[in-house]
Amino acid sequence: MRLFTYILMGFLIVCAVSVSFSKNLLNSILIYMSYSLVMSLIWIILESPDLAITEAAVGAGVTTVLFFVTLKKIQAMVNSDKKEDEDDEQKEK
Amino acid sequence: MSRKRSEKEYQKTAEFHFRRWLEGSKDPFLDTVELKPQKKFAEEDAVTKKRQQELNELRLALYDKNKNRVVKGFEVLYKICSPLFCILIIGALLIAVSFLPPEGNASNPVNNEVEARYLEAGLQETGAVNSVAGMILNYRAFDTFGETNVLYIATCCVMILLLVEDDKIRNKLQLNDREFEPRNDVILQKVAMLLVPIVFMFGIYVMLNGHLGPGGGFAGGAMVGAGLILYVSAYGTKKTQRFFNEKIYTVIKVTALCLYGLLMVYFYYTGANGLDNHIPLGIPGNILSSGLILPINVLVGTEVACTMYAFYALFRRGDV
Repeated sequence: MRLFTYILMGFLIVCAVSVSFSKNLLNSILIYMSYSLVMSLIWIILESPDLAITEAAVGAGVTTVLFFVTLKKIQAMVNSDKKEDEDDEQKEK
Repeated sequence: MSRKRSEKEYQKTAEFHFRRWLEGSKDPFLDTVELKPQKKFAEEDAVTKKRQQELNELRLALYDKNKNRVVKGFEVLYKICSPLFCILIIGALLIAVSFLPPEGNASNPVNNEVEARYLEAGLQETGAVNSVAGMILNYRAFDTFGETNVLYIATCCVMILLLVEDDKIRNKLQLNDREFEPRNDVILQKVAMLLVPIVFMFGIYVMLNGHLGPGGGFAGGAMVGAGLILYVSAYGTKKTQRFFNEKIYTVIKVTALCLYGLLMVYFYYTGANGLDNHIPLGIPGNILSSGLILPINVLVGTEVACTMYAFYALFRRGDV
């Protein structure tokens, strides 16, 4: 169990660092979501299931959805294939 | 002796002219100076272009780090300072952590008489098997009432910022729910059909069992809200508004908060902790036990669910 906790902790740190280093906003939101999930597992290991349930519902569920909606609002979620096509067209011109 | 001057004589004096000029009633240059209409200042296009080009070059040179030493120095300073600052803050936090007492120590400041009372007499006094629920909804129920108010106020603020009341403006802004999506995503709809009832059931279960097991109003409400969001994103606004529109939302939200406040008033008026309690606590472990914790859990849950859904809906299309 101790080893499992350490693995989860390491994963947590990797997630936390890679959120800020990810270039794509969508990717960083997904990584943040996995961070919340790992955090809820750690809450269960720390014997506080109350917090684990809330973390899973709010951190991984609602917050992520709100982030997605915001990204869509500011039009940062650009379809990568579409963008590449546009770039190619511009090069041809 | 002075004599009275006539109007015409007075108008010829310098004093009259000076006063008239001072009051601004007459332009002193009008009718006295020949005015020529000025020529319009015209510059040749080539000159203008050249000037703008020079300006652009100057601007580029100003912010070019190879030419401007200040910019270059600032960049170097920034690159040095930002990791330094990060390391400083992390170091300070780690030093602060190192001063914390070790976990599980008997002499920690956490282990005081308050915690002992909560753990020893909590079951007897509140009737809640889940001591956390007993703590936050019985001993500290007033705090939780404040938190619920915070949720309500937060939704109100988001409404002030993002609510678009007029249908026409909403159509103009293209806030329509499913403007840019595939109209009916089959996978999403089937998965939602399978998951939404389960999510709702589990959320309500957690809400109702807050005093018996882990969870409680906030967690259950968040789950129900997440289920609602899933349903909306799968089936769209029209189907959701058949059972959850703005009117129902407002009624539910305000009713939950007011009922919570009334219950709290009753609870404290009839004697909160340590005084005679008129609400029967029941047998610990039963669903209908532990006095007011069960209804308060349900009220908090509905409030939280409404808040979650309202946040999503307001963010998404500026309407509940």
